[in-house]
Amino acid sequence: MCLAVPGKILSVEGDDPLGRTGRVSFGGMIKVVNLAYVPEAKVGDYVIVHVGFAISTVDERAARQVFEYLQQMDGLADLG
Amino acid sequence: MRYIDEYRDAAAVRSYVKAINRITRQPWAVMEVCGGQTHAIVKYGIDELLPKTITLWHGPGCPVCVTPVEMIDKAIEIAACPDVIFCSFGDMLRVPGTLRDLLAVKAGGHDIRMVYSPLDAIQIAADYPKKPVVFFAVGFETTAPANAMAIVQARRRKLSNFSMLVSHVRVPPAMEAILDAPNRRVQGFLAAGHVCTVMGYTEYEPIAHKYRVPIVVTGFEPLDILQGVYMCVRQLEAGQASVQNQYSRSVRREGNTRAQWLMQEVFETAPQQWRGMGTISQSGLKLRADYAEFDAERRFGKARPAAEESTECLSGAILQGSKKPAECPAFGTRCTPERPLGATMVSAEGACAAYYRYRRLPAELRVKEN
Ligand code: SF4
Repeated sequence: MCLAVPGKILSVEGDDPLGRTGRVSFGGMIKVVNLAYVPEAKVGDYVIVHVGFAISTVDERAARQVFEYLQQMDGLADLG
Repeated sequence: MRYIDEYRDAAAVRSYVKAINRITRQPWAVMEVCGGQTHAIVKYGIDELLPKTITLWHGPGCPVCVTPVEMIDKAIEIAACPDVIFCSFGDMLRVPGTLRDLLAVKAGGHDIRMVYSPLDAIQIAADYPKKPVVFFAVGFETTAPANAMAIVQARRRKLSNFSMLVSHVRVPPAMEAILDAPNRRVQGFLAAGHVCTVMGYTEYEPIAHKYRVPIVVTGFEPLDILQGVYMCVRQLEAGQASVQNQYSRSVRREGNTRAQWLMQEVFETAPQQWRGMGTISQSGLKLRADYAEFDAERRFGKARPAAEESTECLSGAILQGSKKPAECPAFGTRCTPERPLGATMVSAEGACAAYYRYRRLPAELRVKEN
């Protein structure tokens, strides 16, 4: 139920803060998504979408941390 | 797909499993709160990759599963009224009420529509101004801002034929209920990444402190879950109990403040009954008095207490992390996703349904099946 998936914003429409929408591509499948909760999101950004609403903008730098953490751990293991 | 495929990388999965093995010295019991995580854990066999001494208990985080029978019965009663168009997320239709489910009402010729978003229900209300349109608003904090927006838009568009049957649940009070249980086994939590995307994680800090449990905000892909387990076990082994954020690509400490603002504008906290767990104070949301005109229970009457489900069903114990699906004698025989006896068999995110789907074959055969 709390399923939410990342998609890429292709275009943004509307000035009304509650009604701002975007066309978002999920691996090629395109849906209109309400962007009211992600005022910072712009074309090209990835957003996490749940029941037709973007609930966050994906932080590109933070997205790498799963892998960086792994490298750090491996580094520690090599030392130990 | 970007931000999905890379978090399923097999080599990185192996590295995390190795790292978890390396740091685990004692047996630990960790609960993943969210049903989406349960589904991923069972689907990818993540629990089977972990050291045998780490047990993952499946938490109450499937809103479909925990919606009380009385609300399902109320939904059925409303949907069966003449002229009503009843809108719901698809997986609610097969949840058993006392006598039948919504799908049976639909088969009887009533207008029940599966919608993807509450805004779809708003559009239906605008398209059929003469018919009462009711939306079944279930979900955790992840879904509440979407439902709040539907209410705000209904008011702006003067859709007086629209109302909402609200059965919302909040995660932190349920976690506390699990931690307060006298026979509690859970020693650490993977908190639900999308709930925290909306709410942030400051609410979890006092819980970690009070109960001395590590809480790691965790995502939904295999690598997310493994990293979440790693972070949690590392804290447990070190005797620490703090809140950490594994899912930082989506979750900020303060959460999505706009979404919280609209949610608080429309809803207020209230006691809520959880299927299988009883009533937990402050664990639900109801419409504020200012929005009561959109309350379906005001228009169609309040839900009446229902008898609890078949005594055979262990879903209450499963939702609280004290039993696994296979311990239920009805599992896979009298109870299947086609004919569910209890809530955890209904939704793909319920533990029983996830085990039924992915765990009926011994591990050796399952690899081939996939
Ligand atoms: S298998 Fe069915 S009857 Fe048994 S606990 Fe799960 S939902 Fe309940």
